[in-house]
Amino acid sequence: MNAIILSALWGVLMMYTGFATKNTRIVSAVAVLGVLAVFVVNWMEYLGISFFDIDTRSMLVYNGFGLIFNAVVLFSTLLYFLLSGSDIEKSGRTPSDLYALLFFILSGISIIAGFKSLLMLFIGIEIISIPLYVLAGSDKSNLKSNEAALKYFLMGSFSTGIMLMGIAFLYGDAGTFYLEGINAGLGALSPMKAIGMVLLLASMSFKVSAAPFHFWTPDVYDGSPTVFTSFMATIVKAAGFFAFLKLFETAFGKFQSDWQVLMAVVATLTLLVGNITAVFQQSVKRMLSYSSIAQAGFMVLGVFALNIFAKQGMILYFAAYGIATIGIFGVLTKFDDHSIDAFNGFAKKHPLVAFSMLICILSLAGIPLTAGFFAKYYMLLAVIKDGNFLWLAIVAILSAAISVYYYFRVIQAMYFKEATVEQHVAFAPAFRITLLIAAVLLLVLGIHPDLLTGLL
Amino acid sequence: MQVMPINYYIFLSVALFTIGIVGVLTRRNAIIIFMCIELMLNAVNVLLVAFSKMHHVAAFALDSSTTAGTEAQLFVFFIMVVAAAEVTVGLAIIVMLYRNIHAVDINFLNRLKH
Repeated sequence: MNAIILSALWGVLMMYTGFATKNTRIVSAVAVLGVLAVFVVNWMEYLGISFFDIDTRSMLVYNGFGLIFNAVVLFSTLLYFLLSGSDIEKSGRTPSDLYALLFFILSGISIIAGFKSLLMLFIGIEIISIPLYVLAGSDKSNLKSNEAALKYFLMGSFSTGIMLMGIAFLYGDAGTFYLEGINAGLGALSPMKAIGMVLLLASMSFKVSAAPFHFWTPDVYDGSPTVFTSFMATIVKAAGFFAFLKLFETAFGKFQSDWQVLMAVVATLTLLVGNITAVFQQSVKRMLSYSSIAQAGFMVLGVFALNIFAKQGMILYFAAYGIATIGIFGVLTKFDDHSIDAFNGFAKKHPLVAFSMLICILSLAGIPLTAGFFAKYYMLLAVIKDGNFLWLAIVAILSAAISVYYYFRVIQAMYFKEATVEQHVAFAPAFRITLLIAAVLLLVLGIHPDLLTGLL
Repeated sequence: MQVMPINYYIFLSVALFTIGIVGVLTRRNAIIIFMCIELMLNAVNVLLVAFSKMHHVAAFALDSSTTAGTEAQLFVFFIMVVAAAEVTVGLAIIVMLYRNIHAVDINFLNRLKH
């Protein structure tokens, strides 16, 4: 509750900083301060100190899992602001508005962290989505950005419509919007509940870009300004998955044997489509958007299994995938040319940035000693402990092996190729240090994943 | 009192919803697609209000002071508010697009790819 109110208020404050000062550095500093403050109050709530006592009729209930998820997301946002703040300043005439929208999204994510009612799920998802449509189109004169915004908007509200139909059917069956109320009661899955469940599965797959509902993702991620692609592909995706997991755990946990087949199909398709198409991409930005689909496939495995390993793995995955992707996108934003060849000879010119990026890429590929390894390990463990559909684990391992190919192409370009065209990229010292801290964090989590999973 | 069976409401609402989905998938004009999405949302509103009444009648028979069913009507208000917010953003995006390409045809966008 602390985080929702503070981030919404800070969003309003951000809008006013645009009036107060024209200095974009100050605006960025206020934003960093704000996300730090939201992180702190969220952590205080985890420790049991709540500033607001609001009767939500138990539509919003925060437990440890939700608050830790929120903490991970807020920390990733802090890292994102520190790494990409200077690029947010450059996109658009008034960066304070863009920061305000980002804070409103954080407020929506905080709602998602604690929803216990389908009403809150709907409102949370919409509060996340609507500002994102604006951010996707923030580069107003660029046709690709326009296309991304329109496509994201149409697909997003289409999936919202599907989600609402699902909610209406569930309400018709159960007579309540509370997740526990839907799971309660005797007997097997009624037809109306089954329809509602499938519609919700489809719309949540839309939101987290899981195949076969992923087709909007590459265009939207590729067309949006790179700074906001970074935010969309990490923080917002994490929120989508948290909602997905919590919805299916709390509302449909009893019917797990009924929907596991569907989830297994979604996971398989997502893993295969994401990884195989990523192999053929020539642009790093487009490759990363397919890789985000592929990584989503692993996270679907967590929703599939729904045991304690799945929850721990999910939190670890949010951290590992979020930090690594934000780091890579942070570097990528500084480039004008997004093709893989642009990275040729990068390690010679910027050894420190290249090294940090190397660790981020290794973590995405799931190489041991990085956080990504344990994230994938926990997901596989969850599937194997679940016992049904063991072939899913094999598919996941094979697709992780495919992913190594396209991730290593970037490493190969950075370390083993000579630069043909001179790239003019400059990195501020603060950027280099923040990126190095992100890389070190990935290594620390890769050696001690219990630092994060132990909190649950 | 003769009550209309809930099935009729479900058929009506699913029909409207399907018209909306088919419209989104087949039409090429951004504004028409947008209208179809609104149609989908309003189909949901009809269904929610019908279910609200159904649950209320069922609970009223047992307890005349019940408030069962009111939450769905509140949900409808939330859908309306969110739909209004979406309209604001969506029309702004379409206007922005129109300023750049002087058309609202989404086929034009597909030609831009690669």
